[in-house]
Amino acid sequence: MTTVELGMPDAPTPIDAAIARSLEQHGPKVTELKGKDFKTDQEVRWCPGCGDYVILNAVQSFLPSLGIAREDMVIVSGIGCSSRFPYYMNTYGMHSIHGRAPAIATGLAASRPDLSVWVVTGDGDALSIGGNHLIHALRRNVDMTILLFNNRIYGLTKGQYSPTSEVGKVTKSTPMGSLDHPFNPVSLAIGADATFVGRAMDSDRKGLTEVLRQAAEHKGTSLVEIYQNCNIFNDGAFELLKDPATGPMWTVPLVHGEPLVFGPGGASCVVRDDFGGLRIAETNQVDASEIVVHDATREDPSYAFALSRLSTQDLRYTPMGVFRKVQKPSYEAMMSEQLDEARLQGPGDLDALLAGGDTWEVKA
Amino acid sequence: MTGTNPTVAPSESNGALATTVSSSAPGGLVKSVVELDRVVIRLAGDSGDGMQLTGNRFTSETASFGNDLKTLPNFPAEIRAPTGTLPGVSSFQLQFADHDVMTPGDAPDVLVAMNPAALKANLSELPGGGLLILDSDEFTPRNLAKVGYATNPIEDGSLEGWQTVSVPLTSMTTDALKDSGLGKKEAERSKNMFTLGLLSWMYHRPTEGTVRFLERQFRRKPEIAAANIAAFRAGYNYGDTTEAFAVSYEIKPAPMRPGRYRNISGNQALALGLVAAGQRSGLPVFLGAYPITPASDILHELSRHKAFGVRTFQAEDEIAGIGAALGASFGGALGITTTSGPGVALKAETIGLAVMTELPLVIVDVQRGGPSTGLPTKTEQSDLLQAMFGRNGEAPIPVIAPRSPGDCFDAAVEAARMALTYRTPVMLLSDGYLANGAEPWAIPDADSLPDLTSAVAFATEPNGEDGEFLPYLRDPETLARAWAIPGTAGMQHRIGGLEKADKTGNISYDPANHDFMTRTRQAKIDGIAASIPLTDVDDPDGDARVAVIGWGSTYGPIGAAARRIRSSGRKVAQIHLRHINPFPADLGEVLARYDRVICPEMNLGQLSLLLRAKYLVDIESHTQVRGLPFRAAELAAVIQDAIDTVNPAAVNPAVNGALQ
Repeated sequence: MTTVELGMPDAPTPIDAAIARSLEQHGPKVTELKGKDFKTDQEVRWCPGCGDYVILNAVQSFLPSLGIAREDMVIVSGIGCSSRFPYYMNTYGMHSIHGRAPAIATGLAASRPDLSVWVVTGDGDALSIGGNHLIHALRRNVDMTILLFNNRIYGLTKGQYSPTSEVGKVTKSTPMGSLDHPFNPVSLAIGADATFVGRAMDSDRKGLTEVLRQAAEHKGTSLVEIYQNCNIFNDGAFELLKDPATGPMWTVPLVHGEPLVFGPGGASCVVRDDFGGLRIAETNQVDASEIVVHDATREDPSYAFALSRLSTQDLRYTPMGVFRKVQKPSYEAMMSEQLDEARLQGPGDLDALLAGGDTWEVKA
Repeated sequence: MTGTNPTVAPSESNGALATTVSSSAPGGLVKSVVELDRVVIRLAGDSGDGMQLTGNRFTSETASFGNDLKTLPNFPAEIRAPTGTLPGVSSFQLQFADHDVMTPGDAPDVLVAMNPAALKANLSELPGGGLLILDSDEFTPRNLAKVGYATNPIEDGSLEGWQTVSVPLTSMTTDALKDSGLGKKEAERSKNMFTLGLLSWMYHRPTEGTVRFLERQFRRKPEIAAANIAAFRAGYNYGDTTEAFAVSYEIKPAPMRPGRYRNISGNQALALGLVAAGQRSGLPVFLGAYPITPASDILHELSRHKAFGVRTFQAEDEIAGIGAALGASFGGALGITTTSGPGVALKAETIGLAVMTELPLVIVDVQRGGPSTGLPTKTEQSDLLQAMFGRNGEAPIPVIAPRSPGDCFDAAVEAARMALTYRTPVMLLSDGYLANGAEPWAIPDADSLPDLTSAVAFATEPNGEDGEFLPYLRDPETLARAWAIPGTAGMQHRIGGLEKADKTGNISYDPANHDFMTRTRQAKIDGIAASIPLTDVDDPDGDARVAVIGWGSTYGPIGAAARRIRSSGRKVAQIHLRHINPFPADLGEVLARYDRVICPEMNLGQLSLLLRAKYLVDIESHTQVRGLPFRAAELAAVIQDAIDTVNPAAVNPAVNGALQ
């Protein structure tokens, strides 16, 4: 039998070998791409007018700016309208099962730190059936980017209320109005100590692209909540923020290093309240020094959490942008370090492992 | 059976047996040595008394001495039930012999009871005349009252039917450690080592291994190591000098195939098998697991082997454990998840996803008593049908089961082979008895293990006629689909849980395609039969008319029962299945040869159901769900009954037909 030195740190694994073969065949990785390079031949099957189209287009046009080869990108999704996303992206992808995408992506990202791993999920997928996986992914800080499409409704099952629907929502399953209090996904993520949390609007191409870019560049788990209109079952859910007449009044744009002033003519602002939180104030009623200057990099999550609590269920005073962006070691990097550290004692010797400590010899 | 029970009363054994050798002990005491061919010892105590550790050490000493052995740890699910109560009793049974043994023994010859609760819980299983060693210090009015003894059994004559040796194990331990600097409570904790020392003397066990073990175990607390070693030696010396034990026993090493051996438990062997599968396939091993009894030790063991590139991920729940493993498989790793029955229930949906995405995945189910939380620390084989069918839709997966602790190693390698070759999730069904039980194991040469590199052939070039990559284009022989991993240029593709179109893998709701794909997935699993050995039938003369068929950990008890049957002059064929899905190709034909086929299982007849359904054979199911392995004697009685009904004349008259 030929002796193959398998699994040694210096010996290429079949994974390395496959990638090396692919490089031989295709030449160096192609990282200068155009938006259309990320499109597939699959017919997009969302309802006409769905906010998902806008997000898909925004993602496809911004991805080339990251300089990541298509084959190095993997998109994992769960179940729901948003979770069809991978089929339309010319990358590797897995359309998995309801709620479990963060778990599947964790295993992939932890074992293949060379890949750019993305999760596409929705409010039902991520916050209802998959709530547990989401919070644990966030606390672990595996390097991946989670796009949470929040339309505040169950679309694929045809219109039941979701864990982000406002109280009193009348739907097929709640004819007299829903009773349960909704999650604020940003608050939830910050509560789980997520290292990157942002929020953007589907129709705001510029704002969405900016948050996505920062999320993709962040090392660790990034969560981006994307408000997405479901024009069939929850049309106009975000109209208050989208309407040019009301939007500026109720949107708090988050710009790192800038004072939190918003509304027509900068009439409103964010100041500290008496209990360690934040509150909205009239700009002309407070001293300029009282206005909070946005700092997404604060280690203590209390500030970002307080920001997330400014908005009400009906979306008044909704901060948009990057709430929190802090550096912490990422899980897969630490995992690889432990492997390297273990190998410092020498690579694994299978014969020695099988023999263990106490052995005895039976002579012929 | 040829074994004889040890006997302790000096009047019976001193010079009475041909195998007795007299020797001089210090103080002029004459001690004799009796040679035995096998012994079954059960150590029982409170769950805080360290009975499992004592049992494991005695096992290691016995293994390194060269006896063959099998063990049966039996402990409560509670970490520390209230001290001295019946629910808190933990025991460890071990059979060792000068020949190969197949079970830990039906009943003990020697029972060591560290307190009244241990006595009460175990005495009924010690046959009359058996040796009973008691820690008299623990038989206090308070401890007796806790378990409902009105009087002290040591004094009230109720133990007259056994050879009872009552020894103040606790106070002798504290006496031995009075200069150790340890407090009384702490010193008392070493009484298990005192007991181990005494047993080591009684059975002539080598002691160096235990001394080395204690030094290693307590290397950060040298005073504790020293105290335990002192207690161990004091117990040994006590045996050597006391008049309470006038006899010691010698069990010669068992003849074994030449080679290097170690002692190994099922969970250890399984973990090493998984590391070996990674090394032999070249793939990095990724374990996603959530702690669960009795599977957690596999996670513990694998987490120590990072130098082999093994990644272990303790997930937030069972579903995340398998999800992460499947994600790793998608990336080209050998994805593994380990659990027990309740965990398999939670993983069912992800197993279905792995069936649909046709990715390799090894699922280890260390079965325990069910349903629901059931009996977490006890053994059972009741997850077979869950393994076979516990998913929505037609979702066939291969199922295999190891037959002994050491065999868990080979089963793990085989599970990985099937998963990688056929791109499928594979279920490996171990159980609590295999997981915690131990036996001597012939250490294999790494180079002699199956080479799994050919099972891994990542696709790097388009396989379609138009230069496209078709992820569901199959190998004509294995029906395995093409496996391309992220990072490979030009091979980008999407997979998922929705039905796939043949070849392209695109979403398809086409009726004919779904029918075709469903049948193809089934055909792929059925086709694995071509790569596995034909049915292994153990029938020395080849003319038995009754067969016993089993799977998994019942191998030992069924094998021991078959020996009894054969030594009574009867004939029986033993068929033991490793592969349960698919079955060996010739199994139906083999079963049809016998007049009667008996199938003992630790469930209510799950394999019987499968065999009857598939082969229309009238399998006779014999079942038991006591949380413990079968007793060989009981199985032998069932088999004997079947044989004698089929053909009373088949009994060899020379051996008088009675079971021994």
